[in-house]
Amino acid sequence: MTSNLNLWLIPVLPLAGAAINGFLGKKSSRTAVSTVGLVFSGAAFAWALSVAWRFSSVALPYQEYVAHWIRSGSFSADFALYLDQLSLVMLLVVTGVGFLIHVYSVGYMWEDPSYYRFFSYLNLFMFFMLTLVLANNYLMMFIGWEGVGLASYLLIGFWFTKDSAASAGKKAFIVNRIGDFGFLIGIFLLIQHFGSLNFTEVFAQVQPLAPETAGAGLLTAIGILLMVGACGKSAQIPLYVWLPDAMEGPTPVSALIHAATMVTAGVYMVARSHMIFERAPQALMVVAVIGTLTALFAATIGITQTDIKKVLAYSTVSQLGYMFMACGVGAFSAGIFHLMTHAFFKGLLFLGAGSVIHAVGGEQDMRKMGGLRSYIPWTTLTMGIATLAIAGIPPFAGFWSKDEILWKAYQSNWVFWLIGVITAFITSFYMFRLLFMTFAGDYRGAKVDAHGHGSHGHDDHGHGEPHESPWVMLVPLMVLALLSVVGGFVGYGNRFEHFLAPVFGSGEVAAGEATSRGTELLLMGVSVIVALLGAALAYVLYVSKPYLPQKIADAMNGFYTAVLNKYYVDELYAKLFVKPLIDGSTNILWQGVDRKVIDDTVNNAADGARHVSDEVRHMQSGNLRSYAGWIAAGSAVVIAYMIWVGVR
Amino acid sequence: MVPLSYYLVLSGFLFACGVTGFLIKRNIITIFMSIELMLNGVNLSFVAFAAHWHDLAGQVFVFFVMVVAAAEAAVGLAIIIAVYRTRETLNVDQVNLLKL
Repeated sequence: MTSNLNLWLIPVLPLAGAAINGFLGKKSSRTAVSTVGLVFSGAAFAWALSVAWRFSSVALPYQEYVAHWIRSGSFSADFALYLDQLSLVMLLVVTGVGFLIHVYSVGYMWEDPSYYRFFSYLNLFMFFMLTLVLANNYLMMFIGWEGVGLASYLLIGFWFTKDSAASAGKKAFIVNRIGDFGFLIGIFLLIQHFGSLNFTEVFAQVQPLAPETAGAGLLTAIGILLMVGACGKSAQIPLYVWLPDAMEGPTPVSALIHAATMVTAGVYMVARSHMIFERAPQALMVVAVIGTLTALFAATIGITQTDIKKVLAYSTVSQLGYMFMACGVGAFSAGIFHLMTHAFFKGLLFLGAGSVIHAVGGEQDMRKMGGLRSYIPWTTLTMGIATLAIAGIPPFAGFWSKDEILWKAYQSNWVFWLIGVITAFITSFYMFRLLFMTFAGDYRGAKVDAHGHGSHGHDDHGHGEPHESPWVMLVPLMVLALLSVVGGFVGYGNRFEHFLAPVFGSGEVAAGEATSRGTELLLMGVSVIVALLGAALAYVLYVSKPYLPQKIADAMNGFYTAVLNKYYVDELYAKLFVKPLIDGSTNILWQGVDRKVIDDTVNNAADGARHVSDEVRHMQSGNLRSYAGWIAAGSAVVIAYMIWVGVR
Repeated sequence: MVPLSYYLVLSGFLFACGVTGFLIKRNIITIFMSIELMLNGVNLSFVAFAAHWHDLAGQVFVFFVMVVAAAEAAVGLAIIIAVYRTRETLNVDQVNLLKL
């Protein structure tokens, strides 16, 4: 260890910000609150940058012991930090994008009465996310994991007076709990079999094990359980249902937590555990299949949504599916690459959507937008860049990472590649649909009077015409747009992969080089053409012939309705799990066990005691002579008894 | 020599008379006298046993009881007079403020 990086500062700084804003923010001015929020998250970003600067001077993986935590027998889990290429990438993404979104929030949330609370939560989220990313053992990672879940819950339900927001927060928390349960069991298995949760120790023990090709074994079980956890946090089938609902939160939250950082925690965790997954082919297959199916499934739902944030939410689910597909075919670095570029362009898309919503006074329905390009040119420009990036049009960031994933998928199994390409087509289509519906054509929304609308609660401000957002919101958009343009070039010539090679092993890279260059270029061409086709189709349907979508929807009536209603998955879950649970709790546990057994036992005991005392209390009449009578009668009985005993 | 049992029967009879009087009489003075009767019934059995076992402790006890009874009579009669002055009755059923 050549130098001390003081990594612990990075998570602790946002925590300090959260504490200051949380405890003192209520009485402080908005300027003070935003200063605190920005300074502490910005300091974390600056420190992360300085760590990156000194990165080459330390021996990797760099570990930093902070404090004692749990020591029990031979098992130990400490507060200790772990830095390698993978955590560095995550660190920079989380602090960088996080800081930009903090800046954006200053403008977006300015008029909210709970301004300080928002920044306190946001900083708290940063703390937990950085804990998750920097942890050197699974237990501390789990703390961060649960912590971001908490922050996500708090922020989804930020406008808790709105019923839908409160229940969306609960839904996110409960669905995540299912995944966390799997994660926890996986952790228990790790403790049981390896006696440690420390990454280096566990992986050192896993490394010599042979891959479980013959049949599922311990590593497969651990891998699948970890994947269950990842499914919850990263919104994969079957636990993705919470993410679209999470859009009830303020838009910066959707950008930070539900697009750029928290939802990618599952990908990070799977990539971090690559040593386990690589030795459990069946678990990897599960990851790949879940990822691929989710990518396609969520993308199809995205086509029909009309709420601008819902489209982006399903798009996020779909893109996360890509990342898992990459991990599943063993291309962890491609998955992390996509994670990074996705953080840029999806964060940008959400912030842009927030700017649009801000511009039109809280309206989220794209059918009531349109023609906004002349009102909000900067937002239009940045959103356009982000759309090009997510659609996979070169040379924007999304192209590089998505192409990398598709190429790796093709090498593993062409079915994954095919579904991936179809999804890319759909992605391009629905993203351009969003773009055209929002910015092209004529404005379809009502010119609202100032302060004349209240349906969307807090997202709105007084408006006449749609108007451009303040600079404090536009600058983050521009920075992210720049990153969405150039972010992909770090992957040029597999540089990103080489950078991560010390973490994931270099075998992966070599395999990539070996296959023919021609095929790679061909596949690249296919994905670009497919992306352009999607864009063209969106142009035809939503710009040149806007009457067509309705016709198509009518022609495919049943299917369209099913997709529009998200394949009725929520309803299915409600029937299969929620309702039986509620019925069982109500009829058996509540009415049966609690009321009939427990309550009745207690109540009857009390009633019995009361009845008995009711009878007995008449003896205490207060009449002195009746007492004397009782005494006399009692002593007569005693004497009679004694005589009887004596006689016998 | 009169056998012990005679004394005890008389003592029990006196005590029972006292109890009965205490329970059935309304007049507070009669009740007071019944209490004295009970005390004397007990005194009788004390001295009877003392004579029977040739043990002076019983007789000493009787003196104690007499002293206490005298003190009680002094206080009790004073209370009775005070009650009569305020309530103009000696019927205990009408002096029942403590009753439930």
